Amino acid sequence: MRYLPHSEAERAEMLGVVGAAGIEALFSAVPNGALLKAPVDLPSHSPEFLVEAHMRTLAARNQAAGDGPFFVGAGAYRHHVPATVDHLIQRSEWLTAYTPYQPEISQGTLQMLFEFQTQVAKITGMEVANASLYDGSTGTAEAVLMARRLTKRSKIILSGGLHPQYRDVVKAYLRDDPGLVCLSASPDGQGDILDRIDVDTAAIVVQTPDFYGHLRNIEAAAQAAHAKGALLIVVVTEVISLGLLEAPGALGADIVVAEGQSIGNALNFGGPYVGLMATRKEFVRQMPGRLCGETVDANGERGFVLTLSTREQHIRREKATSNICTNSGLCALAFSIHMALLGEAGFTRLARLNHARACALADALETVAGVVLLNRTFFNEMTIRLNKPGAEVVEALAANGILAGVPVSRLVPDDPAVEDLVVLAATELTTDDDIAALVSGLKEVLA
Amino acid sequence: MSMNSTGRPTHIGTGADITAHGAALLPNEPLLFEIGDTHHSGVDLPEVQISTARLGGFERRSDLDLAGLTEPEAMRHYVRLSRLNHSIDGGFYPLGSCTMKHNPRLNEKVARLPGFADIHPLQPVSTVQGALELMQQLAHWLMTLTNTAAVALTPKAGAHGELLGMMAIKAAQDARGQGHRKVVLVPESAHGTNPATAAFLGYTVKPIPAREDGTVDVSAVKAALAPDVAAIMLTNPNTCGLFEPQVVEIAEAVHEAGAYFYCDGANFNAIMGVVRPGDLGIDAMHINLHKTFSTPHGGGGPGAGPVVLSQALAPFAPVPFVRKTGEGLELVEHAEGEALGRITAFHGQMGMYVRALTFMLSHGADGLAQAAKDAVLNANYIKARLGGAFSLPFPDYPTMHEVLFDDAFLKGTGITTLDFAKALIDEGFHPMTMYFPLVVHGAMLVEPTESESKQTLDQFCDVMLELAEDAKAGDATRFTAAPMKAPRRRLDETRAARQPVLRWDRGQDLPQAAE
Repeated sequence: MRYLPHSEAERAEMLGVVGAAGIEALFSAVPNGALLKAPVDLPSHSPEFLVEAHMRTLAARNQAAGDGPFFVGAGAYRHHVPATVDHLIQRSEWLTAYTPYQPEISQGTLQMLFEFQTQVAKITGMEVANASLYDGSTGTAEAVLMARRLTKRSKIILSGGLHPQYRDVVKAYLRDDPGLVCLSASPDGQGDILDRIDVDTAAIVVQTPDFYGHLRNIEAAAQAAHAKGALLIVVVTEVISLGLLEAPGALGADIVVAEGQSIGNALNFGGPYVGLMATRKEFVRQMPGRLCGETVDANGERGFVLTLSTREQHIRREKATSNICTNSGLCALAFSIHMALLGEAGFTRLARLNHARACALADALETVAGVVLLNRTFFNEMTIRLNKPGAEVVEALAANGILAGVPVSRLVPDDPAVEDLVVLAATELTTDDDIAALVSGLKEVLA
Repeated sequence: MSMNSTGRPTHIGTGADITAHGAALLPNEPLLFEIGDTHHSGVDLPEVQISTARLGGFERRSDLDLAGLTEPEAMRHYVRLSRLNHSIDGGFYPLGSCTMKHNPRLNEKVARLPGFADIHPLQPVSTVQGALELMQQLAHWLMTLTNTAAVALTPKAGAHGELLGMMAIKAAQDARGQGHRKVVLVPESAHGTNPATAAFLGYTVKPIPAREDGTVDVSAVKAALAPDVAAIMLTNPNTCGLFEPQVVEIAEAVHEAGAYFYCDGANFNAIMGVVRPGDLGIDAMHINLHKTFSTPHGGGGPGAGPVVLSQALAPFAPVPFVRKTGEGLELVEHAEGEALGRITAFHGQMGMYVRALTFMLSHGADGLAQAAKDAVLNANYIKARLGGAFSLPFPDYPTMHEVLFDDAFLKGTGITTLDFAKALIDEGFHPMTMYFPLVVHGAMLVEPTESESKQTLDQFCDVMLELAEDAKAGDATRFTAAPMKAPRRRLDETRAARQPVLRWDRGQDLPQAAE
């Protein structure tokens, strides 16, 4: 077996040093009968080329985003990732290191995390950011719990524009919690969220651009929340929007959670992704997840360590701010490298390009009979109302090789109000030809 | 298409101090913000004119002050930084409880096939049948290796899996009208994530003391099994490196008392293909794909923590899951009946599923069992070679895939476990896990994994014995001043926590020497 270094002779020699008659002797604590006598009923080992062939067969049964016109978004976005990013993250020293518990021999990872935290703080307009969470959806649930700890209040109001699966995750984390108020999914507005804030409210959660693509007024939300002593959690699922839109921190957000996948990370059928979380400096001791901080070594040289770990499970056990341990280090690295390659100039240009492509898509969609564009504002994503059920139309277009977007009914089932809606995204990779193919496909299906 | 801007304004960066090169191949690398500036970029993107009509007046008004690097600068920055890391590929990494095994590159290759990497979680399921088939195959391997009835693939890491498993237990207790059960039993030797998870769900944590021999006593569990106990969270093999000899009796007692058995599967590497946890009576167990099934640790993630479930807990599995229909495979995305709902957007860590299944197929059932046996053999070999010079708190049982020492052998030397570990760095080894588990004084937990050759183990043991000899001979400086050959000497963690500097700011002074 190519991954196992020992020969049978070496095994025998080592058993001799151990003083065991056979390997079974080392499993003597296993209760009688539980030690298997033969391998489990699964295939035997296989050479590299056969394993690769098996996996290629499975991969070939999927239609890759790059295979044709592609407009699917709704929380995960297809963007170009520079070749440099994927090369660098596969270097042994990044790929096969563990959490930097020994800072003297982990300065690469630690300095990178310090740079990552700085980048996230800057694009969100917040004072501090952590070293990543699993993804945007679990980050949102963590932010809700953090807001409760900070305010010692219980009521949480989720906007109707929050990604429906993010809402589901918060609901699962707060199962049967009477303090959770979920406003119903609404393609037109975010509901009366600002009027629902009261003195029991810990936080309101507002996504912008929201699930339907609309841009939300963060400043007004912050003012309304703060007037009642509540916090504003802003959720961003398309992080590239921050290259064009005002940073939530500059508009009064207290906690910003974002899905960082769009920068540096492939679609990967939904994971692994990277959750970004940023907040005010005064709240940092209630923030979950790893934090990297600057310090000096015994020679007075600058170095970095994981810090404020008294918040964490390995120190605080049942009193920790979260149970999180492993986070999303390599995805954070990919994010950080891509963001360094972009810089302010590139990030801004990329965001403008995304908006320009989305404007071209919107203009084209408005020419199709049977399509109504619902958005007056958007960044790179929008919702259309069709004269047929959205799922049916998307399926018909997929049969012609066009991945046209996400029918809202897939995420919000059993709601006639959203049955005819489809959410579509455009990115820098969306070409005029893609848009033309979509338009002609739609015309055919809707006719 | 506009090209990168050139020319670098002089006001960015903090000056000469940051250009120090470091010695030989150990770079002293400045921060990205000290080398880059807001005009440089490593991507060529066209500058497009946009109308602000559809931005609602929300466009950005301030600068981001975000540094950029051209491609060669970025390549050098991240390559130089990478050299400051220890890695599995670069050297022995015997970090107990972390299973730092070899990460095969075939896994990386196939995970990057466009059919896996370039598919969207919400594109029509008719266009991702291969992905669903892969999820089914992975589930089949995990259920077969554990002899369990169901598996929830979506948890994003071990701790997330624990959370899901305990949520399923809570839901099952509620469904049985047993919502009043508010206590979870957790042995003192448990990972910190166990009590943190139980507390997260509103449970009161009741610690179970370990016996003198490092295992959990079934009578202690029985005594603690009051009517308000919802579950026990037990790690097996446990964090002392021992297989719990009374695990079956414990499971029976727990079930008899109407509680559930959550097994922390962090140490599954010791028994994969050799013992099926379902045969021991567990109800839920997470499996760290990034430990047992070789997906890379990546400097702290991403991980993946699928949870296998017993028949009793299977109805409470979260969405999504894959189901066979007449026309192919479907993805069930909305909770029905008693199911939990969803604990993450989308379908979990597909990238890790691909790598883990690739590893499983490479090893096969026979290879996985051999790997577990080799991991256990390696730990026992280290124990045998070092047992005389080091102190073993639990000498009675054979150890499983990791071996635990305490600091009794350092008594009177003035050298701590931390000092000893730091001295290993100067010898080119990553230290073992220190001060965990908490049940022994000055713990050193060594986990070699199956990936290490006898030659590497011998080198490590030789160094360990030499260090132990030096420590006992009174050569304290070699330890208290260590590490001396690493890119940094010991770092001032107190200062980092007392005066937190968590980001770079323009004009931020370089740190002064420690007082």
